Amino acid sequence: MSETLTPTADTEKTAHTRRMILNMGPQHPSTHGVLRVLLELEGETVLKCTPDIGFLHTGIEKQCEALNWQQVITLTDRVDYLANLSNNLCYSLAVEKLLEMEIPPKAQWMRVLLCELTRINSHLVWLGTHALDIGAMTVFFLCFREREDILRIFEMFSGQRLMTSYIRVGGLALDPPRGWEKRVKTFMSTLPSRVDEYESLLNTNPIWLKRTKGVGRLPVDEMLEIGMSGPCIRAAGIPMDARKMMPYSSYDKFNFDVPTSTDNDVYARYAVRVAEIRESIKIVNQAMAGMPEGPVQASAPKVVLPDREKMKTQMESLIYHFKIVTEGFSVPAGEVFQVIESPRGELGYYVVSDGTAKPLRVHMRTPSFGNLQALPNLIEDRMIADSIAIMGSLDFVLGDCDR
Amino acid sequence: MLPDSLKENAIAASLETADPSLLLGGNTEHNEITLDVVPEKILEALRLLKGQRFERLSTVTVVDRYPMEPRFEVVYHLQSVSRNLYVRLKCRVSGETPEIDSATAVYASANWYEREVWDLFGVVFKNHPNLTRIMMPDFWEGHPLRRDYPVHGHKYSYQNE
Repeated sequence: MSETLTPTADTEKTAHTRRMILNMGPQHPSTHGVLRVLLELEGETVLKCTPDIGFLHTGIEKQCEALNWQQVITLTDRVDYLANLSNNLCYSLAVEKLLEMEIPPKAQWMRVLLCELTRINSHLVWLGTHALDIGAMTVFFLCFREREDILRIFEMFSGQRLMTSYIRVGGLALDPPRGWEKRVKTFMSTLPSRVDEYESLLNTNPIWLKRTKGVGRLPVDEMLEIGMSGPCIRAAGIPMDARKMMPYSSYDKFNFDVPTSTDNDVYARYAVRVAEIRESIKIVNQAMAGMPEGPVQASAPKVVLPDREKMKTQMESLIYHFKIVTEGFSVPAGEVFQVIESPRGELGYYVVSDGTAKPLRVHMRTPSFGNLQALPNLIEDRMIADSIAIMGSLDFVLGDCDR
Repeated sequence: MLPDSLKENAIAASLETADPSLLLGGNTEHNEITLDVVPEKILEALRLLKGQRFERLSTVTVVDRYPMEPRFEVVYHLQSVSRNLYVRLKCRVSGETPEIDSATAVYASANWYEREVWDLFGVVFKNHPNLTRIMMPDFWEGHPLRRDYPVHGHKYSYQNE
């Protein structure tokens, strides 16, 4: 939050060449939130791009230090509001690692299923808004139609459409609701044809192709060096995916591919994400078919709230319940950096405990922050119209970036 | 000096051979490699690791251990995509305005992370190209993520409006 509109000394000197400084955002629709970008233009060419972030900084990392371990889950929802369950999962995995806790298989599989639904949800929102930016309006309505189904599924599970807080330290918040299989199965049977529908609108659309093919290229080394991750780096030919590289939550038991492309342009990022939706459908179907039986919470009475019935009839459960509700649970001192693959890329939670009931530090390595940093490298010396397509292709969420 | 648990670790051993005064210690708790680096030699450590195919600097952050001294732990997470490995470097610095060399000379991605750390913790990164606030407004006083900075009731409280 420090960039100013004063022209650089460089600009003043060359004022006669009609350089212009254009302030884009923070309320520009194609900035997907509150990103402000300062563009120094010569004609229609962007000479210098300065992203200005921080408008959505809500001090989440600071608040984490004031809440107890389980309460932090509600804040992780609010970091990336399009991938709430991924954030829930990453934080839970980190704390569970510190607690050295075993999670029952059903909870792990449910987590995978929900995170893949989250990925589909996030990619649908991305596809809709990205196409809208470039001028293909119909895709937006179609994507949001399917997104509504996913949000209804989330609501069925957790009672919330967005801020689910469904994945908790120790397992899941609740048992899956009755009839969830039918709901998810119906949705999964319709989705592949819907994805075909989006592709039929875009893959042969001459305007779409002109505006995305060959736009937004950057050398792969530079992309790695600047800290990019996720679909952007996979569209550059590097199969970097935490689900395959360091499998968590029994992802190693699922059979799926990591879509990549070597074109490294806006179109390749689109193609990779659409292929990822299809892979996610495969994973969800596998999770439905092979869902293990059993509890969805670990048997850790000091961490997981006891069953309501037991709490009312057994003294021990009542004591544990009282302890967890009043002071929470303490976590052994130590530090953990847990990385998962969120829809946007490498999501890492660096959690430090000093052995008390509150975290000493929760740092979120969010994919949007890392990807957005590459914006000047991608935009500079290109046309201003391309900057909209490039920004869309990065798929950033400003809540995720500013935290 | 390296603890026994790290003696067999190839990364720690290679850093130790390159410069015996580089590392202060480390551990491999939770299967994660942590190396304590002498703060003045952080750039050397980063360069050595970059030479060992650690292509990415994933994140830079700080843990404030107030009131302990040295108070700040600057933490770097490096990733090697080709070796599928993460390593954590740690430098302990202290004082009201602690200083450490900027990693931007080695990894470009350190730029925003170090700005964020300066903004929220007040750790100064020497030779950083643009060390300005990134999250908080320009007029902000203090560094909010320090442990002695209150969660509520700071100067710009909006609670009573």
